[in-house]
Amino acid sequence: MIIGIVIIALIVLFIIGVYNSLVRKRMRVKEAWADIDVQFKRRYDLIPNLVETVKGYASHEKETLEKVIAARTQAMGATGPNKIKAENQLSDTLKTLFAVAENYPQLKANENFLRLQTELVDTADKIQAAQRFYNGTVRDYNIAVQTFPANFIAKIFGFRVEELFEIAEAERENPKVQF
Amino acid sequence: MILYNQADLNVRKTWLLMTLFLVLIIGFGWLFSYLFNESWILIFAVILAVVQSFLSYWNSDKIILSLARAQGPIKKEDDPELYRLVENLSITAGLPLPKIYIIDDPSPNAFATGRDQEHAVICVTKGLLDKLEKVELEGVISHELAHIGNRDILLSSVIVVLVGLISILSHWLLRGMRFGGGRRRSDDNNLGLILMLIGLIAAILAPLAATLLQLAVSRKREFLADASGALLTRYPEGLARALEKISSDPIPLASANQATAHLFISDPLKQQRTNWFSKLWLTHPPVEERIKALRQMSV
Repeated sequence: MIIGIVIIALIVLFIIGVYNSLVRKRMRVKEAWADIDVQFKRRYDLIPNLVETVKGYASHEKETLEKVIAARTQAMGATGPNKIKAENQLSDTLKTLFAVAENYPQLKANENFLRLQTELVDTADKIQAAQRFYNGTVRDYNIAVQTFPANFIAKIFGFRVEELFEIAEAERENPKVQF
Repeated sequence: MILYNQADLNVRKTWLLMTLFLVLIIGFGWLFSYLFNESWILIFAVILAVVQSFLSYWNSDKIILSLARAQGPIKKEDDPELYRLVENLSITAGLPLPKIYIIDDPSPNAFATGRDQEHAVICVTKGLLDKLEKVELEGVISHELAHIGNRDILLSSVIVVLVGLISILSHWLLRGMRFGGGRRRSDDNNLGLILMLIGLIAAILAPLAATLLQLAVSRKREFLADASGALLTRYPEGLARALEKISSDPIPLASANQATAHLFISDPLKQQRTNWFSKLWLTHPPVEERIKALRQMSV
């Protein structure tokens, strides 16, 4: 009788322990995502300025500029897994814009443009840094959710596997420069 | 997972150490006040113990920074490149941005201090910024960030203050012994006993300081910081090359001393150790071993 109670108590304690550790790990994932979000927001804030500056020098590149604006709008509205795709899309359009800017020496000499370019490149680095930290926390969390015996407890309380933040294929390769 | 455990262990070690010192100093105070039959010695010891505990917890970073003659914290405009580098690596590590200080010295070296992640400081010398390439600098900064994440900085900063206190105490004791020696003729036979006790205490204190320094730089922690730093950059070769450059640089760091040496990424005093006694005071694991371990890492 007493042994039975002790065993049940131990099992309950174990479940509480596992549950709490899962909650903590999920919290870390959320915090890490918030860190990426901060950098996304910084990028949204920088883009209108950039577009205005480029407009002044390269009015022919209307199409490229519109693509950047559209990608920004889409990224701002996107949520969940779509967010990652939209942000990668935005990165690509920005890259195209900077590549186009190479053709305008006056634009390239503009101090404001240079500052914005440095800021945006830095933001891209920070997004990558935040994303690596995020992936690390997701990996820890996913391992915790999937390993025995925690996976039963995870299933009961609805802890689901989180998605890793994958960099777009295009971004991983070095851009080819053609002359 | 392992790193979280390491952090807890370091915090526990620090508290244990500080309690030990509190007890030790108050114990000495009690002993002396009993022997001399003067209660003010005990009161003085209690005050000293409490003050040093607060000092070592709250102010060790400030003491260390002023000892090292570090200037800062720098702002983004002062050195945007270094600032961004630290910013990006701390984002990767998931740590709040530490303050950045600079020592105006041509000897390349770096250390981290502070009581926790929110009050962390990374300090680099001008020589480090001048002599290292970006990937190497990234290696060094991520090593220091690993120390911050592991909470090594609290333990090693507290140790600086405690070792300083020990050296002050033993200095006093030695002076007291000389003072007592001069009075030997006119005093009673209690003095002989007291002198013996003082000698005993000095004998206890000296190796204690040495042990503390050993504790501060247990090889495991340097290797661990190297490894987790390399995991941050995914490029162990960067830190390996940086260590080579730093250790082969012949200029010692002017503002480093025996009490702060263990904080730095590589021995700032550039001492040649030959006999067993000086090896006792070795503050860093051999650089060759660390470089070898880094080159064998696969990330």
